[in-house]
Amino acid sequence: MRARTKFIIGGLLILGSVGYLMASGIKDTGEYYLTPTELAAKIQADHSFYDVGVKMGARVVKGSITRDVASQTITFRATDGVHTYPIVYHGLAPDTFTDDVDVVVEGRLEPDGVFHATTLLAKCASRYEAVPPPTAAQAAKMGAAGRSAS
Amino acid sequence: MTDLGNVALWIAFLIGLWGSVVGFVAGRTKRQDLARSAEHAMFALWALLVVAAAGLMHALLTHDFNVEFVAAYTSRNLPVFYTWSAFYGGQKGSLLFWALVTSTFGSAALLVNRGRYKELTPYVASTVAIVVTFFIGTMVFAANPFERLGYTPVDGRGLNPQLQNPGMVFHPPMLYLGYTSIVVPFAFAVAALISGKLDTGWLHAIRKWTLLSWLFLSCGIILGMWWAYVELGWGGYWAWDPVENASFLPWLTMSAFLHSVMIQEKRGMLKRWNFGLVIGSFLLSIFGTFLTRSGVISSVHAFSQSNVGWFFLVFLGLAAVAGFGLLAYRWPALEAEAKLESMVSREAAFLFNNLILIVIAFAIFWLTLFPVISEAVRGTKVTVGPPAFNLVNVPLGLLLLLLTGIGPLIAWRRASVGNLKRQFLWPTAAMLVVAAALLAVRMSYGYSIVAYALAAFVVGTVLQEFWRGTGARHRLHAEPYPLAFVRLVGRNRRRYGGYVVHLGIVMLFCAFAGLAFKKDTEVTLKPGQSVDVRSPYGEDFRITHQGVSQYQILNRYVTAATVDVSKDGKYIGTMRSEKRQYLDSMGRPTFEPATAVAIRSNMMEDLYVVFAGSVQGTEEAVYKIVINPLVWWVWYGGMVLAFGGLITLWPGAQGPTPASRRRAEPAGYVARVDG
Repeated sequence: MRARTKFIIGGLLILGSVGYLMASGIKDTGEYYLTPTELAAKIQADHSFYDVGVKMGARVVKGSITRDVASQTITFRATDGVHTYPIVYHGLAPDTFTDDVDVVVEGRLEPDGVFHATTLLAKCASRYEAVPPPTAAQAAKMGAAGRSAS
Repeated sequence: MTDLGNVALWIAFLIGLWGSVVGFVAGRTKRQDLARSAEHAMFALWALLVVAAAGLMHALLTHDFNVEFVAAYTSRNLPVFYTWSAFYGGQKGSLLFWALVTSTFGSAALLVNRGRYKELTPYVASTVAIVVTFFIGTMVFAANPFERLGYTPVDGRGLNPQLQNPGMVFHPPMLYLGYTSIVVPFAFAVAALISGKLDTGWLHAIRKWTLLSWLFLSCGIILGMWWAYVELGWGGYWAWDPVENASFLPWLTMSAFLHSVMIQEKRGMLKRWNFGLVIGSFLLSIFGTFLTRSGVISSVHAFSQSNVGWFFLVFLGLAAVAGFGLLAYRWPALEAEAKLESMVSREAAFLFNNLILIVIAFAIFWLTLFPVISEAVRGTKVTVGPPAFNLVNVPLGLLLLLLTGIGPLIAWRRASVGNLKRQFLWPTAAMLVVAAALLAVRMSYGYSIVAYALAAFVVGTVLQEFWRGTGARHRLHAEPYPLAFVRLVGRNRRRYGGYVVHLGIVMLFCAFAGLAFKKDTEVTLKPGQSVDVRSPYGEDFRITHQGVSQYQILNRYVTAATVDVSKDGKYIGTMRSEKRQYLDSMGRPTFEPATAVAIRSNMMEDLYVVFAGSVQGTEEAVYKIVINPLVWWVWYGGMVLAFGGLITLWPGAQGPTPASRRRAEPAGYVARVDG
């Protein structure tokens, strides 16, 4: 057998096993990434979807966060404007987790309608991107506040 | 000064258009005056971009908050040191930085190659001008850093606290230098393809450039890991985040090229492949920007998202069509001069090395884009977690490590049994000894055992090469050993610098293999309470919470928690982790609170303590405590790798070897001496 043929066979073996590993990796760790509305639609269509772990991206409802530090439990509600789900999470929340931020929760929606999250990622939309600087009127007010404070 | 910068940007845009066209025409018509004009256009571009950058810097330093960019990313109380990070912390500034650095590299490439490669340089000038003009065009039409507001705010919004870290001062520019310097190899590849000068000339012209961008990328990636580790407070340094992956992809293809180019030089094989790798690396560097800027894939550190992403996507498409189109056009002329003779040869080892690097890149690319692909194909977004990345990349990485050991030792063309015996005896022995030792201490994780055994194998091969080379010089030239060693490295920088890089890679692999033994605890402690953590080496750490204090310093309000640490009953020190609430110049809180991690690092392990918050304002504190084995080896492995890269890059007498001599050269220095 020529070396070139051998190399091609070796290469195909590597490619094949990588393909297999990727497929099983996707199968094992792949998760639906849904909005609350999409999740509601999936559940509506197929109740067995309660058993499937999903990722949900939504925004934290202002004022809905309650923290029980002793048991390290955080409960809050998250919404996409149409559907809202209550969420329970055990563990440490990231620094950026506050009212009105976008979060990605990973976990499972229970039949009682509560989303049990195992991971909680917060991403503040304004975190790296600039918010529009204050308008002239606000700026004037800020200036006044600054002066009175000093 | 600021408005001058804006004007400079517009003039640069026009000059860039001129340079793009005239360079191409000069290449076609072979007119020297036009070629000179294209060259001058590149220099002018550079000068104008320097003026523009100076303008923006001036606005930042003088707090000209009428400029939207300044108001958005700085504030009066921002330490001057970090004004520099603000320059590229925002998208518009980063585009300017990018254009400036690209034009710098373009100008440097033209200067260095003055009077050489005459058929190529006009096209090089044209290609670089097109890329720079694209960036300038994006700025002036969609994201102008000099855009003014209709009024002047009293103060700016300030810089994100996570960017106020020394790592962030160096990490992004380093990465940008890596991304942008790929433009020179790409331009030479395009020039060679257009002009039809397909000999190894273009390869010689870009040899150092590819190394340089590889080195910048390596340093940028490792600095980014360091930043993520000390600043983000989740206890790790790599999470297969899309933005991280984006920087890793061109690194992989460049690494492949640095190896495959040797095969083309020695044996005239892989010509098409090498063109493909250079074009692909450039496209991946643009793709990285696109991924970061477009928000197509949600990333936890998506720094800024905007419609600028679409500019990049279109540019990416055009560059891909042009690059690969040209390659297809010249395909028949790029026939290989030799065939692979044996599977037991250095060519085969390098071929497999390339294959694996590219397969890794492909797998990462695919998994990173999987959410987009699944949404397009099946209508639902499916995301893939880090375990999937590890599942694929760990075995591939280990295979690569094995080849790192085999490649340098095996003979070109066809290795004899004698060659194999002489070269592999000691490294294999080292590998077996380490494997046996680890099995004897019952190391629990199979992949890690394999990794350390292979690491021993590679270190064995490298040491053997240094040892034999030095010994040969000692005998042949009667030089004392130290001198022989220095001369050996000095006269064969590329080869021995490469070996040092391999040592750095081995150190990194050792560190990665240690991740399997990471220990993670979350705990709530009242002052005086303590928690015990056992390290993977069996040491007992006791961490005792001392208390929480609060104070204001510089531009932030700090809540600090302190712990005493003892190891095996002996007090070893105090560690303090902070929550920082940054304040604007009026003393109001800005941004979300940031965490400052406490790290105690040594060669064995890091003790990593994160203060996650206090319980309802009391001194009861929540901690995340991580024992991270061997993290030290990532940073020092990175330094060794960079040092090896510098050895290889160091300018010197090592000119291109004439083709005739290269062909006749046997496998290695040692073989020559022994024969």
